[in-house]
Amino acid sequence: MAASSREHVLSLYRLLLKESKKFPSYNYRTYALRRVRDAFRENRTVEDPKVVEGLLNRARDSLALIQRQVSIGKMYEVQKTVIEQEEKKSD
Amino acid sequence: MMNRTLSRKLLGSMCGISSPRLSFAQSAVNTVQRQKELIKSRELEKDELRPLYMDFQATTPMDPRVLDAMLPYQVNYYGNPHSRTHAYGWESESAMEKARKQVADLIGADPREIVFTSGATESNNMSIKGVARFYKAKKNHIITTQTEHKCVLDSCRILEAEGFDITYLPVRNNGLIDLKQLEETIRPDSSLVSIMTVNNEIGVKQPIKEIGQLCRSKNVFFHTDAAQAVGKIPINVSDWKVDLMSISGHKIYGPKGVGALYVRRRPRVRIEPLQNGGGQERGLRSGTVPTPLVVGLGAACEIAQQELEYDHKRVTVLANRLVQKMMSEIPDVVMNGDPDQRYPGCINLSFAYVEGESLLMALKDVALSSGSACTSASLEPSYVLRAIGADEDLAHSSIRFGIGRFTTEEEVDYTVEKCIQQVKRLREMSPLWEMVQEGIDLKSIKWTQH
Repeated sequence: MAASSREHVLSLYRLLLKESKKFPSYNYRTYALRRVRDAFRENRTVEDPKVVEGLLNRARDSLALIQRQVSIGKMYEVQKTVIEQEEKKSD
Repeated sequence: MMNRTLSRKLLGSMCGISSPRLSFAQSAVNTVQRQKELIKSRELEKDELRPLYMDFQATTPMDPRVLDAMLPYQVNYYGNPHSRTHAYGWESESAMEKARKQVADLIGADPREIVFTSGATESNNMSIKGVARFYKAKKNHIITTQTEHKCVLDSCRILEAEGFDITYLPVRNNGLIDLKQLEETIRPDSSLVSIMTVNNEIGVKQPIKEIGQLCRSKNVFFHTDAAQAVGKIPINVSDWKVDLMSISGHKIYGPKGVGALYVRRRPRVRIEPLQNGGGQERGLRSGTVPTPLVVGLGAACEIAQQELEYDHKRVTVLANRLVQKMMSEIPDVVMNGDPDQRYPGCINLSFAYVEGESLLMALKDVALSSGSACTSASLEPSYVLRAIGADEDLAHSSIRFGIGRFTTEEEVDYTVEKCIQQVKRLREMSPLWEMVQEGIDLKSIKWTQH
């Protein structure tokens, strides 16, 4: 039971990160990635199954939200910001 | 595209002039009579990269969660919240009331004490003019500060023309008011004290709790413009004994065109309404409440409450990083405003011997401002900087850096690097800098007209 729920949490985490990477806007993309990582890290030690379920539901809602907002961002895409060029150069 | 001052400086250095030409040095100092053109407004080309956004005090991008909450009310749930006879009205009203609760929870108020407006400017107008005019019979005096937002100062100016007596309290060099002076200024016929929580230009945080205590003890209403503070620092209107508070949507990652006014019910604050009509919003602000906008404001407030600690921690770290780097790499940088009593995300720095507008033009990859957006049209240095006693030339060299929820470390590093680079370059070209390096005391020079 515990093993599968851990798998579940990890797969949700990976999905959230995968979707967040698709944000066309630099600021939204970096925020989503950072916030998702920090939120999962913060709640790493939570034991109470009710609380865990609540958090997972929030994560699922966030996933749907990110998917919608990524689509909207792509519909109204604009030029990249200066810093993205800098990141490319340093890579 | 060069302005006259910059081209003159270049010309001077190209001609190998070692002794500074006082006439154009004077023009750098005597800034009131400058004829230079302002930064030309020009939209970005198709392939031009967008600048980094570091102007969070002017406005903020909408949080994707806020947009997500608003869209259903723009697309399908388009009913008027005041329609009482069908589902469109009922669902719109329930969304409006939910938003009201979200706003109230953020500031520790009761939902019935929140009035939706079109923004903090309208809220400020409503509270100042409303309280003044309602209590006009017995009370004729209003107190505010010299560093308030233009809408507060302008409202007070209008009231002066109506026959009210206004005191504009000065601030100390760190931007904070003197509580003793405030106490002495309050008279038996004072109806309102209006002091903003966090200043939008220099970021200083006034001692609101102490002011509230003072006003309550003297039986004077206390209004605070909290547009820059809501959602960024913890606020509790009961703790602070605030009677009226202005909230702005687009400063907390919400939509533009919406705001709120907190009006205390116990003890009751009476206001003469500015906008009359169908009696919406307790009769204080008639007009259809824009459901999608207030839903956005509510969502922004709820998100701000959840993210307050996380955001505050991040912004503090980034702000310290910016200031440390800047101050350690270049000399003669002054931070305007108290270093401790401040909101960290608003940093106003003055770079001596560099002109603010020139620096902004040189930093075209970063969206910054010198002074507030509402006063940047004129050539005058910001009245806020003047009120804190900043030197005239330092006031013209000031830049405001805004850090927010979406700012990244890379953006801060890029901004700081570019800024340091440009300040050094501009100083090389400055005859004043040259003189200072030679050990001349600029204040002892007698500038003359040619």
